[in-house]
Amino acid sequence: MDATLTTPHWSKNRPEPGLLVRVFDNKAFLIFACLLPALGLLTVFLTYPLGLGIYLAFTDTTIGRRGVFVGLENFTFLFTDPIFWGAVFFSVFYTAVATIGKFGLGLWLALLLNQHLPFKSILRAIILLPWIVPTVLSAIAFWWIYDPQFSIISYVFKELGWRTTNIDFIGSEWPARFSLIAANIWRGIPFVAISLLAGLQTISPSLYEAALLDGATPWQRFRFITFPMLLPILAIVMTFSIIFTFTDFQLVYAITRGGPVNSTHLLATLAFQRGIPGGELGEGAAIAVSMIPFLVFATLFSYFALARRKWQQGEGND
Amino acid sequence: MSNASTAAPETMQWDSRARRMVVLYLPLACFLIILLFPFYWMAITAFKPDGELYDFATHNPFWITSPTLQHIRKLLFETAYPRWLMTTMGVSIGATIISLFASTLAAYAIQRLRFRGSQYVGLAIYLAYLVPSSILFIPLATIVVQLGLFDSPFALILVYPTFLIPFCTWLLIGYFKSIPYELEECALIDGATRLQILRQITLPLAVPGLISAGIFSFTLSWNEFIYALAFIQSSQNKTVPVAILTELVTGDVYQWGALMAGSLLGSLPVAIFYSFFVDYYVSSLTGAVKE
Repeated sequence: MDATLTTPHWSKNRPEPGLLVRVFDNKAFLIFACLLPALGLLTVFLTYPLGLGIYLAFTDTTIGRRGVFVGLENFTFLFTDPIFWGAVFFSVFYTAVATIGKFGLGLWLALLLNQHLPFKSILRAIILLPWIVPTVLSAIAFWWIYDPQFSIISYVFKELGWRTTNIDFIGSEWPARFSLIAANIWRGIPFVAISLLAGLQTISPSLYEAALLDGATPWQRFRFITFPMLLPILAIVMTFSIIFTFTDFQLVYAITRGGPVNSTHLLATLAFQRGIPGGELGEGAAIAVSMIPFLVFATLFSYFALARRKWQQGEGND
Repeated sequence: MSNASTAAPETMQWDSRARRMVVLYLPLACFLIILLFPFYWMAITAFKPDGELYDFATHNPFWITSPTLQHIRKLLFETAYPRWLMTTMGVSIGATIISLFASTLAAYAIQRLRFRGSQYVGLAIYLAYLVPSSILFIPLATIVVQLGLFDSPFALILVYPTFLIPFCTWLLIGYFKSIPYELEECALIDGATRLQILRQITLPLAVPGLISAGIFSFTLSWNEFIYALAFIQSSQNKTVPVAILTELVTGDVYQWGALMAGSLLGSLPVAIFYSFFVDYYVSSLTGAVKE
């Protein structure tokens, strides 16, 4: 009896909250309100442009003129264009060589950093610098390093007596391609190394102890412990790296702008050149859209080829 | 690998030390030299007088005999460089604030409010990060023109969150996951509303995560290039990376001193900002990858 008498006091102490508070405490409404800014922005400025880009690829839109639907005309034109095929070739070549270089050297650097070292945290901070600094600005530094007349590399080679003439870094086709790839590798190493280092540090030392007791050589320890344990993280980092190398724009635009004679155009720089300064938005969009199949393929390949092991272990990880 | 040196017996002390020198410190030194050389070269060019810059025969190119501030003076007083810096700063801060706001709410909804299909929303936001800007810039340019924002820094403030929100949301989901759910349950039992919980319990605990998301957003917006190149036309509205490449490169004779001074000054804010928070940065970078 006492209990029923005291309940009114309880409800008095907790006044009914205002309408606004109640609305915001409604879970369904709150979920909607919380997701709205992020999903709204992404829909308007990412999903919609993606669809619009695919539509534009099938029109003859130019700057200042709304285009009409022309079907596959842009693509049939591009498929007969040797510059487009040159860009496709260089994009694939650039991605393949740069990825191999980045991951080879990045893994090596990660293994070095995983040892007992003095000033480890300072070292890690310094190593990340090339990744922090705006790409265009370091690309300009590379442009200066690759200068035909005052290249510091040419100077060193001449001082050492290895060469008598300046190296023509970006003036002719193949040296220009490899110079760009070298700059891309330089920029990519820190990210790969630091991410793989994180992966290395999650490997339990007891595995190595067990392998040592079994008499495993350093190579065997790498091949049968380090590498398999590193594969899941390697798959993720490689997927990212391939996507962002294939669609790279800044390095090439800053150092060669696609020259000499269009030999270093990537699909992204060609799309920019045709689309924005050239004004042919439809054609530029068609070049950009033609990157999508490569990206999907590269993503699926690197993810499925490398991440398979993780699924086999049945880890429920998102 | 890491145990190789410690496992060596004492009799092989000297031998293992020499070996360690060759297999560890020598390659590491090479990496450091190659990774840092472009910055050294940038810095030394920025302070070199033109006479030394283009004369390798009488001056050692690796050193400066008479340092000068002429390139920096030229940059600061004869070009719109201060203006470009202010624009870039404004755009980066604006885009960072928008993305932090949107991604905190989204991450909270996905990780803490837990609704049916929340992991699919998370996956969709993650996939958005994989859409590269070089596919989007042409259609976005037409959208920006239609919105009447062409040549305005506001276009960049609105567009940059498209690549910032996915990353920040992803990072913050990981962060919220590490905060014990029991704390929120206690607060719910005590009668706190969900917004009170977010403001007074979850957010204060997530401050380190918010800081690293903020650093990421700021550096990524500072470094962004292709949108700024495509959407901004007039010289005074350009961001630093675009302006250095398009405004300072004039004619066939490149002003390397001024170019390098501009690159150095444009890199410094990010480098300084980053050096304050480097521990957050590294741990969140590695944490985000581990997720």
